[in-house]
Amino acid sequence: MNRELKRVSVVVLAMFVALLVSTSIIGAVRSDSLAADPRNSFTLADARLAQRGSILVDGRAIAKSVPSKDQYKYQRVYTNGPVYSSVTGFFPVNGAPTGIEGALNESLSGTSGSQFLTRLTDTLTGKHPQGASVELTIDPSLQKAAYDALGSLKGAVVVLQPKTGRILAMVSRPTFDPNTLAGHNTAQLDATYKALLAAPTRPLVNRAIGGNLNYPGSTFKPIVAAAALDSGTYTADSTLPDVAALRLPGTDSYVHNAERTKCGDGNTVTITLAMIRSCNIPYAELGMKLGADTIRAAAEKFGFGHAFDIPIPVTPSIYPDDYNVPQTGLSSFGQASTRATPLQMAMVQAAIANGGLVMQPNLVEWVKSANLHTLERFTPKVFDRAMSEQTANTLRQIMVEDVKKGVASNATIDGVDVGGKTGTSQNGPGLPYTLWFTGFAPAQSPKYAIAVVVEDGGGEGQSGVGNTIAAPIAKKVLEAVLKK
Amino acid sequence: MTAEAWAPTAPAQTRHRWRLPTRLRNLELLLLVFACAINGAAILLVQLGALGHVDFALLYYCAALAALVFLLHVCLRVSAPHADPLILPIVTVLNGLGIAEIYRIDLELGQSGWQSAGVRQIAWTAIAVACAIAVILVVRHHRMLQGYTYLFGIGAIVLLLLPMVPGLGRTVFGARIWIAVGPFSFQPGEVAKLFLAVFFAGYLVQHRDALSLVGRTVLGVRLPRLRDMGPILVLWALSMAVIVFQRDLGTALLYFGLFLVMLYVATGRVSWVAIGVVLFAGGALVASRTLPYVTARFQNWLDPFNPHVYDATRGSFQLVQGLFGMAYGGILGTGLGQGRPATVPLAQSDYIIASLGEELGLAGLFAILALYLLFVSRGFRIGFSGRDDFGKLLAVGLAFTVALQCFIVIGGITRVIPLTGLATPFLAAGGSSLTANWIIAALLLRLSDTVHDQPRVVV
Repeated sequence: MNRELKRVSVVVLAMFVALLVSTSIIGAVRSDSLAADPRNSFTLADARLAQRGSILVDGRAIAKSVPSKDQYKYQRVYTNGPVYSSVTGFFPVNGAPTGIEGALNESLSGTSGSQFLTRLTDTLTGKHPQGASVELTIDPSLQKAAYDALGSLKGAVVVLQPKTGRILAMVSRPTFDPNTLAGHNTAQLDATYKALLAAPTRPLVNRAIGGNLNYPGSTFKPIVAAAALDSGTYTADSTLPDVAALRLPGTDSYVHNAERTKCGDGNTVTITLAMIRSCNIPYAELGMKLGADTIRAAAEKFGFGHAFDIPIPVTPSIYPDDYNVPQTGLSSFGQASTRATPLQMAMVQAAIANGGLVMQPNLVEWVKSANLHTLERFTPKVFDRAMSEQTANTLRQIMVEDVKKGVASNATIDGVDVGGKTGTSQNGPGLPYTLWFTGFAPAQSPKYAIAVVVEDGGGEGQSGVGNTIAAPIAKKVLEAVLKK
Repeated sequence: MTAEAWAPTAPAQTRHRWRLPTRLRNLELLLLVFACAINGAAILLVQLGALGHVDFALLYYCAALAALVFLLHVCLRVSAPHADPLILPIVTVLNGLGIAEIYRIDLELGQSGWQSAGVRQIAWTAIAVACAIAVILVVRHHRMLQGYTYLFGIGAIVLLLLPMVPGLGRTVFGARIWIAVGPFSFQPGEVAKLFLAVFFAGYLVQHRDALSLVGRTVLGVRLPRLRDMGPILVLWALSMAVIVFQRDLGTALLYFGLFLVMLYVATGRVSWVAIGVVLFAGGALVASRTLPYVTARFQNWLDPFNPHVYDATRGSFQLVQGLFGMAYGGILGTGLGQGRPATVPLAQSDYIIASLGEELGLAGLFAILALYLLFVSRGFRIGFSGRDDFGKLLAVGLAFTVALQCFIVIGGITRVIPLTGLATPFLAAGGSSLTANWIIAALLLRLSDTVHDQPRVVV
């Protein structure tokens, strides 16, 4: 029996040796690669206690972590919080971060794969781990001007660099102060968050890139014009029947121009004139002739239907794929079920200003690790070509005419040629309008493309129009950088 | 062992001086004091690490437990003076580390009173130690058990069937291995393993001659006679039934492995082991193809980091988080009370080893494994030095259950084998397992004492 017992002892010893080896592999040999796994809740929890990287604008921190004496070790502090909240989002100690804080959480907290080596040396040298810093593409003077220009209105402003897609300003109002959501008293934090969530003005919604989205109204017309000119069938001087009221085929509904009159003096009107005067009937006619599929294809080249990450996720703008003929007519001046973000409509103007190329919008200039190693750097990326260069140049001239002589006159800036298109979209019987201005400047070599949206009629119900409320805001924003 | 300095009496006998009963018991006492000091320090470290201050209430409970263990020591002095001096201190330190870690996770989860697993574990420890004292006092000689061989066999079957009784059985995490009466729940399978060890020892001593007979030789292996295949087939069928009906892979492996090792030790026939391994591996292979819960276990074992496997309903989340926890602990651990063990599901019961691995590190795990190995080797030592086959077999069987159970649980957590839910002996939260294992310790203590009493025939 003892011979067998000896053999069993050897087996038991082998079993324990297997356990010693397996625990060593986990605890020593592979512990670093296990720690680097993005699903590792232990290192993720550590990251929450690490000194989070700063968010910078023009080299100055708009969000940074400063030491605090409590269990969280660091306090997140936002400079000019409300001005930048649409960009930074907020970083709560007990929930999911939003905005750039959320989209770049791994970099800021130092848990991204590219920071593995830094983290490893930090651990070895006993240094407290630090997250990477993020410089944004935001231009502080544009951002401040946009924030001030919107004032107490409910709406959003987006400014893009047409050639690159850099987002130079992104403001949504009413907004919140992210400092109120960065406290360490979790009960108070929850109460503040719930109050903001329940507020009727919905301050936590970023109207620049999300929310319920608005009808783009007449700011959609350049897309229809681009589709028409690129089709080869139409030129800017092609004419369309000019009537005072258009019955939509198969319905009892009529389309009117804004003034409830004909667009021009004759029986026909050119595509250019209909744009400058922002007449709905000619564009409804044009759209129905082109067909919904053609318009949708054009809109999607501008970015409709695409979920951009800037790197904050953007709600895709909508041009539905089930329009019948009358709906297609309505959609041609941005109604029916067509909806768009201000970012999307700024991209439309940026494409016109950029010879037809749509650039991927982005907010991040660079990401640098705590030891100043560049982890990411902004590089312009083409999203798609939305129209031919010739079409873009034609539309650019029409847009400039629109501001000079047309219905976007309030965007005029002394000494600078501005191109643009207003919009006044209807939200239903009795409901206040949504007011838009989209455009670019300076017209010769555009440096800025802008979209302004004001919801709730800017407080004027159905009296205010894009040119009276949205265009002056765009003017103020652009003047902050153009009139120096 | 330098017990001389501490021994109050030192009779002038030249050989085996330290084997004198008083010296054995004094060594045990010394080690027990040391074990209790470790346990008390562990609780203190947990409180300082997690609370930042000392909470005396829990220390009093633990002091009461220590008193109970010292009572067991006194019983041994009276009733089993020749008992092995290492078993009780080893078990005490394992049990105490378990309580400290369970209590630590209670603090992390914010549980206290009877809601907390730690307080319940302390109560169960008291019950378990009381049971061990009863066993020492009632079972005066291990041969007493041999007389009830078949009663233990029937008892084991009844215990195994209890969870299947409607109204009594409970299904927890998919496994139907629990019974519940009122607020109390119990895992009868844990006690069944004890009964099975006694039954196997008694049965095999009676039937070893027949089972040792050799039949035909196939491929150089001398196979047993076909008519003697009965017992192994019954055991195989039993463990397969546990897999299919109770959905408990680990327990099935434990019972079958226990039987196989005892059969081999009793008969000396390697062919039994070969047949058994083929039978069980075949059964497990069929189960892994046909039973979804077994398939999932195998998949989690082979490819745990695959995102699909990780996110699946019966996926590898727990396994992988357990690995993360142990990796996070590294070589020296975060320190007691300073990690985040509650991150891993079932951190107090099935995953106590991962929790300890995180807070005590690889060093702590090695120490725990060394304690287990020492415990098992003490059991095997009784097997080696025993003079009656029943005692030898029983000691080996009892020690091997502990070894195999450790291997199944820790091996599952560390990916040596597929993960199956079993309690880590003495450490894991759970009264049934704790009681059964303390009784195993008591039986080994009794065996080590009675073995010594017998005249030495052959070594």
